[in-house]
Amino acid sequence: MSTREIRNLIVSALLIGLCCLLPVYGSPYWLTMGTTIAMYAVLSTSWALFSGPTHYISLATAAFFGVGTFVTGLGFQDLPFWTLPVIAAALGAVLAALVGMVTLRLSGVYFVIFTLGLAEMVRQVVTWVQNQTGHRGMYVLTSLTEREIYWMLIALASLVFLAGWLIGRSKLGFALRIIGNDETVAKHSGIDTALAKVLLFMVPGAAAAATGAILAPRYIYIEPSTAFAPLLSFQVVIMALLGGTGRLWGPIAGVIPFTLLWEAITRQAPNQTLLLLGLAFLLIVYVLPGGFVGLWDRLRRRYGGNQ
Amino acid sequence: MFILITGLLLGGTYALIAMGLNLQYGVARIMNLANGEMLVAGGFAAFWVYTAGQVNPIAALIVVAPLAFAVNWVLYRVMLQPLVTRAKNRGQLETDSILATFGMSFAFVGVMTWVFGGGYFNYAFLAQPFEMFGSSYAQNRIVAFLIATVIAAALWLWLTYSRAGLRMRAVAVNPRSARLVGIDVKATSALAFALGGAITATGGSLISMFFTLDASVGVLFTMKALIIVIMGGVGDIRGTIIAALILGIAETAVARLIDPGLTLAAAYFLFLAVLLFRPQGLFGKKPT
Amino acid sequence: MFRRTLMTTAAVAALAVATLSSASAQSLIRLGAAAPMTGPLAGGATVTHWPAVRLWVSEVNARGGLQLADGPATIELIEYDDQTNPQQAIMAAQRLATQDQVDFMVAPYSTGMNLAAAPVFAQLGYPMITGTAVTDQQPELAQQFPNMFFVLGRTSVMAEDTAHVLVDLRERGEIGNRVALVNVADAFGIEMAGISRSVLESNGFEIVYESSYPLGTQDLAPVIDGAKASNPDAFIAWSYPGDTFALTDQAIVQNFAPHVFFTAVATAFPAYEARFGAAAEGVLGMGGVNADDPAFQAFATAHTELNGQGPDFWASAATYATLEILGQAIEAVGAPDRAAVLTYLQDRSHSYETVLGPVSFNENNDNEAYWTVGQWQDGVFRGVAARGREGAVPVQVFDGWE
Repeated sequence: MSTREIRNLIVSALLIGLCCLLPVYGSPYWLTMGTTIAMYAVLSTSWALFSGPTHYISLATAAFFGVGTFVTGLGFQDLPFWTLPVIAAALGAVLAALVGMVTLRLSGVYFVIFTLGLAEMVRQVVTWVQNQTGHRGMYVLTSLTEREIYWMLIALASLVFLAGWLIGRSKLGFALRIIGNDETVAKHSGIDTALAKVLLFMVPGAAAAATGAILAPRYIYIEPSTAFAPLLSFQVVIMALLGGTGRLWGPIAGVIPFTLLWEAITRQAPNQTLLLLGLAFLLIVYVLPGGFVGLWDRLRRRYGGNQ
Repeated sequence: MFILITGLLLGGTYALIAMGLNLQYGVARIMNLANGEMLVAGGFAAFWVYTAGQVNPIAALIVVAPLAFAVNWVLYRVMLQPLVTRAKNRGQLETDSILATFGMSFAFVGVMTWVFGGGYFNYAFLAQPFEMFGSSYAQNRIVAFLIATVIAAALWLWLTYSRAGLRMRAVAVNPRSARLVGIDVKATSALAFALGGAITATGGSLISMFFTLDASVGVLFTMKALIIVIMGGVGDIRGTIIAALILGIAETAVARLIDPGLTLAAAYFLFLAVLLFRPQGLFGKKPT
Repeated sequence: MFRRTLMTTAAVAALAVATLSSASAQSLIRLGAAAPMTGPLAGGATVTHWPAVRLWVSEVNARGGLQLADGPATIELIEYDDQTNPQQAIMAAQRLATQDQVDFMVAPYSTGMNLAAAPVFAQLGYPMITGTAVTDQQPELAQQFPNMFFVLGRTSVMAEDTAHVLVDLRERGEIGNRVALVNVADAFGIEMAGISRSVLESNGFEIVYESSYPLGTQDLAPVIDGAKASNPDAFIAWSYPGDTFALTDQAIVQNFAPHVFFTAVATAFPAYEARFGAAAEGVLGMGGVNADDPAFQAFATAHTELNGQGPDFWASAATYATLEILGQAIEAVGAPDRAAVLTYLQDRSHSYETVLGPVSFNENNDNEAYWTVGQWQDGVFRGVAARGREGAVPVQVFDGWE
């Protein structure tokens, strides 16, 4: 481990520690904001772990997230709460592996549409099963408060970062970078590209499902139309791309400003929220093509000298 | 017979939803996530002329279609062309166009909510039964189906036999080679995008005769359109029409014979199956 | 000359504004409201929620404000769009409470958004009187959120009363035993259909056709065709707005006219009557009001004047009533003191005069007097079944789409 890596690890640990203090010192308002940011941080970072190196845009976040909320909805009365995110993560990973095995042969755009269709199909099937079994609306009433949910999300985010860091150092990460650059080269150099992609796709699957499981007590009322809302998948993509997927910290650099911007717009223009959001969105696409990471790299190249 | 006719009528509706997107995505290479909002806007326009001026929504098409054509042409020239120019490869353009049109869809919903309010819009036009083979069907759906057929046929003839259509097909196959043979790719793409938008808005006007719309409902149509276009094969109008009809009949059959609760699941299942076994779509050419 | 006049006018205006604002500095109550303006439920909220909220605020201000111990207090309304997204509903409630520091908040629109925002209301001590959450979990919810009050009623009772309407008609010899039961496949539809099925079956009805369809479906010809083929005496659909319209449309097209035709949400919307006109006559739907009550008629008139659209014949009045209750509690306490108002509301002996009639809360913070089933009769959606409310009219048998 180089000194630089050690330094980065210490800095990250300190930052995470600092985040954990928010519920103690921050106001309830900032705790709510923090929870939202932590949720998107987990989702976007894990999304970028897969989509960054492979260039596959996955819109399946909502599917995994929804599965996670339903795990909590069905199990919270019978199982200790800490097991639920674990079960959800396992389920998410299995689902991701299955999807990955059949779809990652597809080229870019088909994968996008497939994942979008997948979320909708899972939602339809869940709804149909609920209907067949005469299942009532689920009320997840627990004694969990927002601060505990926040801490769980921070813990999950730390895990995702750790996973990202380890993958980056591992053979898998190396293989993926080659795949990202040129899949044919990767194949010729003896890399099992399909396996590498499937393994990596399991990370966002597990993380999104665990996030859903943790957040279910926050929403209380679980119904398929909100648990599987396709908007979530798009938001995650946008935030990750706004930040930039080239680096581990990229998505977070998108999540925080985007959440704050969203909040500011919602607050300032309650009657034209969506219109302004759309315009802000367009501005980001046109002005910041490589996300904040791209901007940062450009600035460093220009002013950083021989770095 | 009931299933077949109801399924065909539904398929006609789907074709109206998806044909425009096929042109936009197949030729202009823009995966337009604001497609559904354009459709709803067409529906609102029809609603407005019908309730305000008692103008027949079909007659209103004479205004709606050219207007939508102009709006979409400007949209492409101003908003989307810079993205096309900027993109280094197809993947980059796909990402950028998804992001940009997603932003546009938000903005469109915002504008429509602002102008029309968030409530439900519907009206009764030709909502009478029409008897055929012992069952009755809604007249407005039959009319929409007939117009869809006319549009599809005209579009196919135009694409197949006119010079502009030839140019469009060339761009659909490969924009780079098209430029080499002297085709103005930018102009052709803009034309395709605008034409696609006009067809979508026309579809919206027709659908508003039998659908209850509100400003936020567009995303449902976008999803359906994406599925049909991908299923049929990008850049081939025949594929889209056949996929639309298959989907309409399959959904109706599942709804009537198995369980209406499974119609959408069946549609997605069918779609995913097509993607798995023929990723290029029913009519798409296998990439070499 | 002109310039001087202008400046004088400006000065006078500025002075007037200054005086006004200083006078009202202590007597302004800030009321926060977050509900859908966009998203899947925006259509319903635009008919039911927002106009009723705005009407109440404008009426209170028109009569000088709420009468508090130290004089009248006018109301300032702060609105946010929750985009029909529970995440945004939570953020909006939090923002209203801690950033805008509103004195009170209007409960959000729909069961899902209400429950998502409930912890924020509870944690920060805001009374939450909801007019659009229908649930059966009142005991559990009231225990978890003692600040939450329910005006609209219970799901199971709604479903039971719908079944009882059929029982009545059968006893009158107007219909037989055959029922077609369909529902939209989401939590609401599934729950309602489940209860109806068991109540109907225990009353000796035969379910001859039963199916569900996905949320957002408007191509319902196969459903109506299936129901028609089963030749039922009664058709019951637990539907949402878009499909309520589509089912009715298809039933007219296929001339499917059983003796009972029931669709759920949006049947009570004025748009339903506007869309189907005389054909709507005799259609049954969820909710209802005492349409002949002068209080409701005055409400409807004012609603139309302010918003350019009439109220629906169900939850509009309930939403308005939640604010009347809040207003009366604040006036009784005499100050915009949240804790005291909450304590006042939690005292079950209090009763409130509302557009629905008198409302009080039981040990589960639940209002036990509400309308359950209504029917379009002579262009008005009249309540035909209710719990604890007077003025229900006899239900009529449906006599076709003419």
